[in-house]
Amino acid sequence: MSKFTKKKSGELPPVNTASLPDIVFMLLFFFMVVTVLRNNNLLVKNELPKADQVEKLKKDRSVYIFAGKPSARYADKYGKEGKIQIGDKYTDVSNVKFALTEARQKLLPELQDKVMVALKVDKETNTGLVTDIKQELRDLNMLKLIYIAAPGTEIGK
Amino acid sequence: MARRATPEVNAGSMADIAFLLLIFFLVTTTIEKDKGIARQLPPNEDVVDPPVIKQKNLFIVNVNKNDQLLVEDDLMELKDLRQAAIEFLDNGGAAKGSPEYCAHCKGKRSPDSSDNPDKAVISVQNDRLTSYKMYIAVQNELVAAYNFLRDRESQRLYGWKFTEVKKAIDEGNYSGNEEAAQAKLENIQKLFPLKLSEAEPKKTGQ
Repeated sequence: MSKFTKKKSGELPPVNTASLPDIVFMLLFFFMVVTVLRNNNLLVKNELPKADQVEKLKKDRSVYIFAGKPSARYADKYGKEGKIQIGDKYTDVSNVKFALTEARQKLLPELQDKVMVALKVDKETNTGLVTDIKQELRDLNMLKLIYIAAPGTEIGK
Repeated sequence: MARRATPEVNAGSMADIAFLLLIFFLVTTTIEKDKGIARQLPPNEDVVDPPVIKQKNLFIVNVNKNDQLLVEDDLMELKDLRQAAIEFLDNGGAAKGSPEYCAHCKGKRSPDSSDNPDKAVISVQNDRLTSYKMYIAVQNELVAAYNFLRDRESQRLYGWKFTEVKKAIDEGNYSGNEEAAQAKLENIQKLFPLKLSEAEPKKTGQ
């Protein structure tokens, strides 16, 4: 008899929160899947200059070149002169061609002749280094390039 | 003897742990959106017979190793460069009736400045020790000058802004006939072709 009187009526049952972890995990997995972790381990300081007349980069057909001073933890080993980084290692100017050809090979075959070189150069770098890179690019006949910049403007500071 | 029931593990904090992880990933990951100034390099061929450019059709921007600007032999601030470039490109100095006459130019039509935008060449000369920041700032201002004039022309001819439509097409959210717009964009580009030349940088030291 007592079996039936146990139920208390009139009180609201508490909301079941057992599925909350599942919901959060779903969100977690979503973010883990859609976000891409930086796939280039930066060896150089990379503070981009600011510009506002910019165009969007087509990522599937671009090859990245980084340049700048070696970052703080490599400064003792490699000094303070501007350096070029392609992929995840330092590259010499004379070696740029080889490294770029290698990087281009990783693109989809149909996009390889539409390749665009994205230059991510630190704003404190000397232009001379950039000129050297550009000369190598001309030798390689990779003529499309894009200077990656941060949004903003350099005037009025 | 009554068996003691094993106590249930409290899973209430599971959500907290998952939230922590979630917040960690939210903070550490960056969705990279790279934007920049696009440029086409000249092919690496020896030009046998370089075309002669008249002095008045040449706008020389010189940047020295201390990031100072010398525009047409005058010292200039970076903020004035855009206007100076617009005035040079938009000058349209060729006489009325001549084949080089620029009908869409609204400049001063001074005979000492450029004949028409097609002839006008901006030449940037850097030092090897110029900072990249300055180099990009100068390029940005010069592209801005071209964009200003292109916007003005597209506004006049088609009633929309060149840069806005180009951006919409690039991002794939242009509503309307994309091919027709593309043709119009090219038409505008022909009116004000981007003629930026870069001289070999000077060396003042390493």
